[in-house]
Amino acid sequence: MFQVPNMLFVLPEMVMLAMACVILLLVAFTGTRQIHWVIGLSQFTLFITALIVVWNMGEGGLTFSGTYIKDNLSDVLKVFVCVINMLVLLYSSRYLKARGLRQGEFYVLAVFSTLGMLIMVSAYHLLTLYLGLELMSLCLYAMVAMQRDSAVATEAAMKYFILGSIASGMLLYGMSIIYGITGSLGINDIALAVAGSVGDDSILSFGIVFLVIGIGFKYGAVPFHMWLPDVYHGAPTAMTLFIAAAPKVAAFAMLIRLLAEGLLDLQHYWQDMLIMLALLSMIIGNIVAIAQSNLKRMLAYSTISHVGFLLMGVLSGTDEGFAASMFYTLIYALMTLGAFGMILLLSRQGFEAENIDDFKGLSDSHPWFALLMLILMFSMAGIPPLAGFYAKLLVIKAAIDVDLLLVALVAVVTSVIGAFYYLRVIKVMYFDKPLVTHRLDAGRPMQIALSVNVLMILLLGLFPGALMQLCSFVFV
Amino acid sequence: MEQVIFYGFAAILLFAATMVITVSNPVKAALFLVLAFFTSAAIWLMLHAEFLAISLVLVYVGAVLVLFLFVVMMLDIDLAPLKEGFTRYLPLGILVAALIVVEMITVLNAPQFDVLPAAAEDGSNTRVLGRLLYTVYVYPFEIASVILTVAIVAAITLTLREHQRKLQDVGKQVAVRREDRVRLVNLREPKQDKGEETS
Repeated sequence: MFQVPNMLFVLPEMVMLAMACVILLLVAFTGTRQIHWVIGLSQFTLFITALIVVWNMGEGGLTFSGTYIKDNLSDVLKVFVCVINMLVLLYSSRYLKARGLRQGEFYVLAVFSTLGMLIMVSAYHLLTLYLGLELMSLCLYAMVAMQRDSAVATEAAMKYFILGSIASGMLLYGMSIIYGITGSLGINDIALAVAGSVGDDSILSFGIVFLVIGIGFKYGAVPFHMWLPDVYHGAPTAMTLFIAAAPKVAAFAMLIRLLAEGLLDLQHYWQDMLIMLALLSMIIGNIVAIAQSNLKRMLAYSTISHVGFLLMGVLSGTDEGFAASMFYTLIYALMTLGAFGMILLLSRQGFEAENIDDFKGLSDSHPWFALLMLILMFSMAGIPPLAGFYAKLLVIKAAIDVDLLLVALVAVVTSVIGAFYYLRVIKVMYFDKPLVTHRLDAGRPMQIALSVNVLMILLLGLFPGALMQLCSFVFV
Repeated sequence: MEQVIFYGFAAILLFAATMVITVSNPVKAALFLVLAFFTSAAIWLMLHAEFLAISLVLVYVGAVLVLFLFVVMMLDIDLAPLKEGFTRYLPLGILVAALIVVEMITVLNAPQFDVLPAAAEDGSNTRVLGRLLYTVYVYPFEIASVILTVAIVAAITLTLREHQRKLQDVGKQVAVRREDRVRLVNLREPKQDKGEETS
């Protein structure tokens, strides 16, 4: 029989939806005249939502007839999604103003997209999961396309939209096959049906293939990575930052809900598929990144290689592996925020600091920000004692624990290859003569936030215990 | 009797679907598509799926196809080149279609896809669907409405161009001063002031 849902669980989503509508009306009636109100209100919305989640932590369970779950994983990821997006909005406000983009709509779409991420994170039903994903993605497509006069941005948006739709189609097809076989859409019921099924379950692998392809597309894992460099490169940098950071956290939740919670008993099917994706992503991502001269494109290929590492934790199929993957995802989001934040910091009206050459001689004019960039690049390369090192260490350890030595070996070798292109950025900053004059006209808040963001990476590298404990606490 | 009606509708459906892709006039093709939709709605009605039948007629025939007709009538498309390779590609098309039919029959015959009995208890699945939609599935239903809101926001964001609107601001026109419109230029040294006599 139908039970009245527990509204307290969905309070974060409800508050965010209500505030998104308020922001939408504010933008509709005032346009860009009251833009500082819109920015403030968006930041406030993200902050208050994170606060509600923290306040509401602890008690959990299913509600809305099993379509919604509140557990430790969803709570922790929701807080991170909100905080990451607060930083994204802080970094991108000046950039949007300088480019004359439609700022009001950006904030509306950003808040709606965050709502989609929250829905994804606590979805426990294939229908909710899919709808949350679509809500998030639709906002992202529109954001990329917002710079209408730029042919590159329009092309990027077109590619993103079409390939994203194909990915959604694949995912939906896989879901429909899983539904057809197990007879239910709830993650819990699917897990029960899979555990209770006797005999031949090979027909389920048919559905899993499509699920994995859909997830691979959304993550940008090789061989489904073709859209990622073009979109990261073509989209305005503020939008690239938005696509690159928080959606990966939401996608991680999707991956865990589908494969680890719904289909854990069929690990023998999806483990091999993820191994292929992880290996190819690490190899192709790291090698192709060497040839890039555009920093945004280089970071895109670096993202592909990070996706490979991240999948390595999940494919081990153990709780330690999932925790390692979650640690990697969060550290990756922090590093991406920092790296694209640096590009946004150095960009100004009519100038986009997106080429590696634009960073030449940065240490002469701005030693502090050159140092921050150095920390970021070292961390991405995985050099101790930075957080990126621990993230890589944990996922490699998770793979070794289940005797996947080949995967671990490839991970180590490719991360050594990858160190080359990260170190080149550092070399350019410290040993080359400047080609352009660096001028910072970013406000104090952004400079401080970026510094804190990067110093967090150093801090988490020195003291990774707390975050690691949080990640393993989620998967107990 | 029911079988006779079913085969009647099925024959009309197949005929209409074939006409959609073979008829040369796009308006006629769209009208045959209306017929195809309408007939499949009738078949659904026979399967006691009246909600699906009604929504097919309302949504597809009522909205989508009218839009199709508008687009077809407004765009002047020359269809002759599109039809050129029809007979050349026909054997390949038939082969692909036959393969798909065989594959579908094989997959749908698997024991996992056995049809379950319908869930409607009192003969009205509209009521059952409505009750489910607003109770068990109310959360996904609300998310779908948010997606529609985002769709319209995104569509307007991508198409609205505010700068091109030229509006008269009467207040500004009345309050205009002489200095705004006329600039006095010293004509004694025309070479230096070249190109900016009056504005």
